[in-house]
Amino acid sequence: MGKPLLIKLIISMSDIDSSTISRDASTSSSPPKHLGPLQKKEALLAWKMLSPTLLIVALVVVLPLLAIFWISVKPVGLADLRIPTPSVYERLRGNLINAGDVAVLQYRISNPSREHAIEGVTLTDDIPRGLSYDLSGTICEQKAQTLFCDFGTWDAGFRDKLLIKVTSLSPFKEQPDVRSTKPITTGTSTSNLVNNRFTLDNFKQIFSAQEFGDVLYATAFYTFVGTLGAILVGLFAALMLNQSFFGQGLLRGFLLFPYVAPIIAVAFTWVTLFDPFSGSANALLLQMGLIDSPVNFFGQRGLALVMVTVFEIWRYFPLSFLFILARMQSIDTQMYEAADMDGATPMQKFWYLSIPQLTGILSILFLLRFIWTFNKFDDIFLLTGGNAGTRTLTVNVYEQAFAISNIGGGAAVAVVVFACLLVFSLFFIRFFSKEEGL
Amino acid sequence: MSILRQGLLIAVIIGFLWTVVLQFTITVALAFGTGGGYTPVFLVSGIVGITSAIIWILYNQTINPLKLMTLQQVLTIVLMLSLSFGQPFGVPLTESLWLQVGALLVLAYALNCTLRHMLNGITIGLQVRHNAEMAAIKSLLAFGYLFFVAIVMIPFYVMIMTSFKSQQALLINPLDFSLDWQLGWGLFRSYVELFRDYNFGTYLLNSFVISVLTVLITLLFSAPGAYAVARLKFKGRAFMVRGILLIYMVPLIVLALPIYIVFSILELRNSLVGILLIYPVTTIPVALYMLQGYFRGLPEEVEEAGLMDGLSRFGVVMKITLPLALPALASVSLYVFMIAWNEFLLAFMLLDDPSIFTLTRGVSMLNSSEIPRQHLMAGAVISTLPIMLIFLFLERFMTKGLTAGSVKG
Repeated sequence: MGKPLLIKLIISMSDIDSSTISRDASTSSSPPKHLGPLQKKEALLAWKMLSPTLLIVALVVVLPLLAIFWISVKPVGLADLRIPTPSVYERLRGNLINAGDVAVLQYRISNPSREHAIEGVTLTDDIPRGLSYDLSGTICEQKAQTLFCDFGTWDAGFRDKLLIKVTSLSPFKEQPDVRSTKPITTGTSTSNLVNNRFTLDNFKQIFSAQEFGDVLYATAFYTFVGTLGAILVGLFAALMLNQSFFGQGLLRGFLLFPYVAPIIAVAFTWVTLFDPFSGSANALLLQMGLIDSPVNFFGQRGLALVMVTVFEIWRYFPLSFLFILARMQSIDTQMYEAADMDGATPMQKFWYLSIPQLTGILSILFLLRFIWTFNKFDDIFLLTGGNAGTRTLTVNVYEQAFAISNIGGGAAVAVVVFACLLVFSLFFIRFFSKEEGL
Repeated sequence: MSILRQGLLIAVIIGFLWTVVLQFTITVALAFGTGGGYTPVFLVSGIVGITSAIIWILYNQTINPLKLMTLQQVLTIVLMLSLSFGQPFGVPLTESLWLQVGALLVLAYALNCTLRHMLNGITIGLQVRHNAEMAAIKSLLAFGYLFFVAIVMIPFYVMIMTSFKSQQALLINPLDFSLDWQLGWGLFRSYVELFRDYNFGTYLLNSFVISVLTVLITLLFSAPGAYAVARLKFKGRAFMVRGILLIYMVPLIVLALPIYIVFSILELRNSLVGILLIYPVTTIPVALYMLQGYFRGLPEEVEEAGLMDGLSRFGVVMKITLPLALPALASVSLYVFMIAWNEFLLAFMLLDDPSIFTLTRGVSMLNSSEIPRQHLMAGAVISTLPIMLIFLFLERFMTKGLTAGSVKG
């Protein structure tokens, strides 16, 4: 592996424009202003090849992002995900075995929504043969063998009973089943998800919430310390593996285990290992006399945040070390030989040769890992569920949306996350553009 | 700072630290291996280490190395035993005698080797900076091996061993990871129960099918896109590359919320089809980004020659570019497989029906107070083992994929 791929890509990204220009200039004395037919064909082909990806990305990334902005200014809860429809319950009171028997058919009708009216409600149901419906005093009418009722608008929380006197015209062997055909209802309504009610309450609520400061602190601590820690530990591991020794390849593979294993497996293992009652870590510390009573590692405020950060470092140092090691192995060894000739000590070689060579990769790594740590959700969610002061912004999205069923609030937090991310990304691209200049 | 370059001081520091580290390591290993009440005796081991290091530095040039080695090891054992009043690992020696004797021998030998290695070239008196630093660096490196192996091994060891234990055994002594061999196949009872009562066979199959299909769909979409970005010239190409980079910086949880809503309305929630619709989209950008890098690394001249010889663009891609990029395709496939196999968030949010869970969703179901811990750990092992096996056999490709894709995590 030569230079780490990312670096190569970033450098080559900058080459794209300049190389195109210079190639055009070298073929003819005055560069053509318009695209030639071949170039047009090539561009068309390129867009064709890209279109499936662009389409699917637009569908699943761009649309949801727009949706998040929309939902964040709507008063939406989990219940609003279903648009209210008329609810009808049908039952027959009385017997209709002999001709001339009279019974009462009851439709219990209601609007299940407590917020929204349903407009243009109608009900259609089959009338079993051999029965006569008395529709006087109701708003319903009989069309051939079907019952049709036009209710108009039902206000929110509307409920009523529709009673119809039914007479049997001929004897039945057994009670006719009026419920064999389900009544069909129509009606249009709106839900908070799609109507034009907007509110800023979601944002007010999350910003004024007392724990929002805690959330920001947890996010900042987790992101900064986690990123920095993972990179430093990764640097140490890379320095260690940059030596040649027996079993070096094996050790390198082994050190990747934390990252390759499914998050769910390693997170639950940590929870088991540090369990206050049956965890081995507590048992070991107690036995060695380092603590007096079991420590609730993932449940104690302050300590829990440190623990999830340590987990983050443990799980992601392999990525940093792979990256750094790849860069280290591409550093020209002649430089070190020259330094040896000049009598440089190992530390001097590290500080004055290795570190300057690595600053580029280290800063890129820091930015990338910073963004990705900021985005992390699964780890904390599985370790603590966001309790004990470990609720970061991303965990807060989930907490708001699903734990307290406030989808709008969750979306508002998501907008905040996205805004932060946009700032980081702009910084990232600017930084890259500077790096490209080198 | 020159006092730190005194050979004697270096020897004392290294002797002290390393004996403490070695004794601690061996004690923890004993405790984790047997569940016995072993505790490290830091002070004793510190004194032993200092003595041993001083003897080495005083006599290593005058006494025959073999003799010195024997002397040191005997001295270590004698001192450890006498200073700790017969409790070199915090418990009376008589308790599992042979194990402790063995551990003591290992300690003596390891200490001797470490000191010889660390203090190689160090003499009494002021050292040149190079030698002093070498000793410090050797110490740090050796500590690094120990440290990294321990922090990676312990969680996985605990995971595997817990899955073989019973609930009572775990509660009685959480440190006792020794296996009850008399149970024979009974050791695997947690696994048997998971496959028999908890549907884990289905979950395993679901995860496998979904991961493989995700890889195929991802390649189908990303390979042409990557080729276009890498090879074809069009306006907005640089913008496209950056756009892709930015898109996979969007956190999944932000997208998961609207996806949850839309899937609820479209009734795609609780279906594997829904999962299969969404998984590839999370991997397409990263795959495209990785592939376009590989494609760009291929020599353009080969493709141009193909074009000159009358191949169409499609022919060039099929007959030249893709065959040349096979190792890259393998790396990307493995990486995407790993992402899909390990994916938790979407499976957790979108699947509620225990008959169609994926493996990660199934394991998360086991995290309840009613289900014993060993079942959870057995589930963790079942979900980890396949990806680990793939990793071990295809380590080269996997590592390449990880390095190239490690912008995502």
